[in-house]
Amino acid sequence: MQNPFASDDVWQACTSGPESTGTHSLTRREALRRGFLCTAGALLANNLSLQALAAPLASPKANVPLTKAKSVIQIWLWGGACHLDTFDPKPGAGAEFTGPLTGAAATNVTGMQIGTLLPLLAQQADKYSLVRSLTHGSNGHETAAYMVQTGRPTGDRYVFPSMGAVVSLFKGYEAGYQGLIPPHIVLTELQGRFSEAGFMGQRYKPFATGGDPAKMPFAVEGVVAPGLSEIRQQDRRQFLGRLNLLPRVMPDDPVLTASARAETQAYDLILGDAGKVFDASREPAALRERYGRNTFGQSCLMARRLVESGVPFVTINYKGWDTHKRHFEIMRNKLPELDRGLAALLQDLADRGLLESTIIWCGGEFGRTPRVQWEAPWNGGRGHHGRVFSALLAGGGFKGGQVVGASDAQGEDVADRPVHPSDLIGSIYELLGIAPDARLPHPEGLAVTAYPPVPEGSSTSGRLREIM
Amino acid sequence: MRNFTGEQASSCVMPVRVPGSCIRSVRFRRFQASAALSALVIGLVLLGVPAQTLSAAPAQQPYESASLPVKLGPIDDLVFARLQQLHIEPARPCSDAVFVRRAFLDVIGRLPTPAEAREFIQNSAPAKRDALIDQLLARDEFADYWAMKWSDLLRVKAEYPINLWPNAAQAYHRWIRSSLHEGKPFNQFARELLVANGSNFRVGPVNFYRALQSKDATSIAQSVALIFMGARTEHWPADRVAGLAGFFNQVGYKSTSEWKEEIVYWDPGKAPPTGTAPARFPDGTLATLPVGRDPRAVFADWLLAPDNPWFARAFANRVWSWLLGRGIVQEPDDFRADNPPVNPELLTYLEHEVTRSGHDLRQLFRVILNSQTYQLSCVPNSGHPEAAANFAAYPLRRLEAEVLIDAINDITGTTEKYSSAIPEPYTFIPDEARAVELPDGSITSSFLEMFGRPPRDSGLASERNNHTTAGQRLHLLNSSHIRRKLEQGPRLAELLRGRPREVTDRLFLAILSRFPTDEERALVSERLKSGRGNSRDAALDLAWALINTAEFLHRH
Repeated sequence: MQNPFASDDVWQACTSGPESTGTHSLTRREALRRGFLCTAGALLANNLSLQALAAPLASPKANVPLTKAKSVIQIWLWGGACHLDTFDPKPGAGAEFTGPLTGAAATNVTGMQIGTLLPLLAQQADKYSLVRSLTHGSNGHETAAYMVQTGRPTGDRYVFPSMGAVVSLFKGYEAGYQGLIPPHIVLTELQGRFSEAGFMGQRYKPFATGGDPAKMPFAVEGVVAPGLSEIRQQDRRQFLGRLNLLPRVMPDDPVLTASARAETQAYDLILGDAGKVFDASREPAALRERYGRNTFGQSCLMARRLVESGVPFVTINYKGWDTHKRHFEIMRNKLPELDRGLAALLQDLADRGLLESTIIWCGGEFGRTPRVQWEAPWNGGRGHHGRVFSALLAGGGFKGGQVVGASDAQGEDVADRPVHPSDLIGSIYELLGIAPDARLPHPEGLAVTAYPPVPEGSSTSGRLREIM
Repeated sequence: MRNFTGEQASSCVMPVRVPGSCIRSVRFRRFQASAALSALVIGLVLLGVPAQTLSAAPAQQPYESASLPVKLGPIDDLVFARLQQLHIEPARPCSDAVFVRRAFLDVIGRLPTPAEAREFIQNSAPAKRDALIDQLLARDEFADYWAMKWSDLLRVKAEYPINLWPNAAQAYHRWIRSSLHEGKPFNQFARELLVANGSNFRVGPVNFYRALQSKDATSIAQSVALIFMGARTEHWPADRVAGLAGFFNQVGYKSTSEWKEEIVYWDPGKAPPTGTAPARFPDGTLATLPVGRDPRAVFADWLLAPDNPWFARAFANRVWSWLLGRGIVQEPDDFRADNPPVNPELLTYLEHEVTRSGHDLRQLFRVILNSQTYQLSCVPNSGHPEAAANFAAYPLRRLEAEVLIDAINDITGTTEKYSSAIPEPYTFIPDEARAVELPDGSITSSFLEMFGRPPRDSGLASERNNHTTAGQRLHLLNSSHIRRKLEQGPRLAELLRGRPREVTDRLFLAILSRFPTDEERALVSERLKSGRGNSRDAALDLAWALINTAEFLHRH
């Protein structure tokens, strides 16, 4: 089995590079060998320095500490969820901060509280830890999302890859992943605000499923075509094969050969077994129910199925948290959905013994203003708040039942143990076993470390040792 | 002309029908092609296609003309001389059907309509190719398409990581497009970019100095070298970079009371950082910077002087690489001593052609497009390792993301939703917008992202990724997006109406810009008659299959 979403890119880039012969046909083995030599972004053509080329290739294998984490499920609370209403409740702060959500839920860990609308998660607190002192100071969605996703400051000359792209590099095809499903899946749509793969390029972009996992069938764009029977698919494929004249006239053309391979792999997903991972209909009805019969809940179930089949990075882009208006009304609908889906996911992964090897992290680009904006035009909304915010971390070597850091009494600023996104990301990379000196392939051959350095001037107390 | 090693030549001894080939030269590829076609013929016979419709067919393929290549001008003299020296046999000239499609795609970034293709193929005027080239160069879409290409290099994008902002990106794009439309000489285009002053919202070219991740003189120098000299400062000695940066120390930026507006201007009072090197031209000469003159203008004078080959050469090489798939210097933006041109005389000729024509982009296109070299078929006649680098055949390339989706929309009569996440102001994009015309790299769609549209982050030509991935094949073969277009597109519905033979011809003309061959006609008619599903489904399957052929998906 080949690495379908990657090999063609690599293969083609290499055969059309400066040392290519243009029309020479390469054996598959030779192609793979060359492919492997150019995997660092397939940039031989750009005179990438040998050092830069060698570094990322060496690193997945060399100096890798023994770790348990194999996969990451990233639940992205897109738009920024309010830390007070989720993972950092402030029941004592008064109604101008809590709004109508005045209480907090006690959890199954003594002394640890969580948002009052998250009762199911409260019963799972031994499985996760809460970081309550994340900070980067930015209140712009795009800048903040970039910082949380890459751990890097904005305004640098280069666009850095997000966590998903970096994990795709170090846990994907170059590191021996052989699944037909691409190594970074997004349920269901891309954020699209900045390019997820940054300078690492198209090869490391995630595959966004489209469709809705709460519907039957889950119409994963390109993989599942409702209404087209397998017989009709086979028949059309055969017809296309007969009609496709150019590859017969130019059987050795490297561009066409690569394209044909991509097509074979596409059909392996359409007609073969690999695509069945997206079909949750065989899961017990009770389990599907437990996750919640809505897009988020079923995305969580799908994430479990993907991780179970070996996919190293799954993102759930969970929309609807940018609640400038009608905040509490929306929270009363959304928080139970989050509660149910995430709690079911934690329990299900634990039941299957997968929690040890799967990191879950749930958070967004920032928190929301602790003081409720009752004035017009917000009439009970919350704005953006990057000075302090929270995230939930579980599995893959992260301990449960802990609280890292603290915000002040109103949740407006960090009170204890500031955590910069670069340390959150660094902790995740460390648990995944990414070597401390690992490098990223850069189009201009610059030496770029995989671990984001702590930006100058930002306060942080380092990686999350307390829970690792 | 001998073109193959004895080992490969021996394979031609096999008793395969190869029209006239073994005598003239060994045509290994042709042998394979005809073997493949024989397989097709056998397949058709097995399908029960009447033998007489096929028996008379020579190894027929619609991509080449029957004639041999003829030198049509100085480009061909230089290219063919080099090929002869290397014992490489060039491909045959391309057929008229291939030419009409290729010229449309390469000059204006869109397919010919079925009527345009039909008319050209059936036209018997001897100079019809020259005439078509002139017509295409005069069309508005020429400016649309080439504005897109220049916008890739000039990084026209509202946001991330380059904060041009939507209004400024649009002003920048408008200036690029209208420069191309009016045929502004390219040295003037470069000068206007280099010495621009004014508001980012009002004076498009000032955004050249803003489309950078950082606005220090070294970053500006890096971009200037890349765009105007086709050179990467990473390969330059440090003092040359510093010398070039010396011209850009006085570029000033200031904001106004309007949100996101920024003025770019020459600020003579701006003191260069301490330790800054004096301005020095990239050829090593120390520059004299007269008081009261913008140093950027001094640099522009040097760069654009008639006897300075850098600019014209880099420009000619870029245009050549766009039309012929690779540069004479490859990568096209990596000029340096240890990356020599593959055919120096050819590059010199084109460079002179640029200056002779007064830096006329259309004239440079005309000269290249009218060459036999450009008009060769994509079916190679040589397996020589240097064949592709020496332009022995037209190189296959997957259609760019924007061109591909526009073509599918044109065929089906459908449109796309494009959007930009960047607010203040949100950009309104009308439904009928073509992807090629989008003024701002932040305006996008998941299709464009999936098919390798460049992020416009670096200005490198290699940012655009035309490689085919499994994800792309999935999308075209099986996505609801493409399926909806095929099933609901009003223009395609028109094409599907009528008798099977007409429908077949129309679909081939609309999608592949040619008539079906006899074999293809037989294959299709057999399927249409086979009664699988209803006739509309069968015709839809044909449209689906044609859109998924390699021939549709690639420039060829």
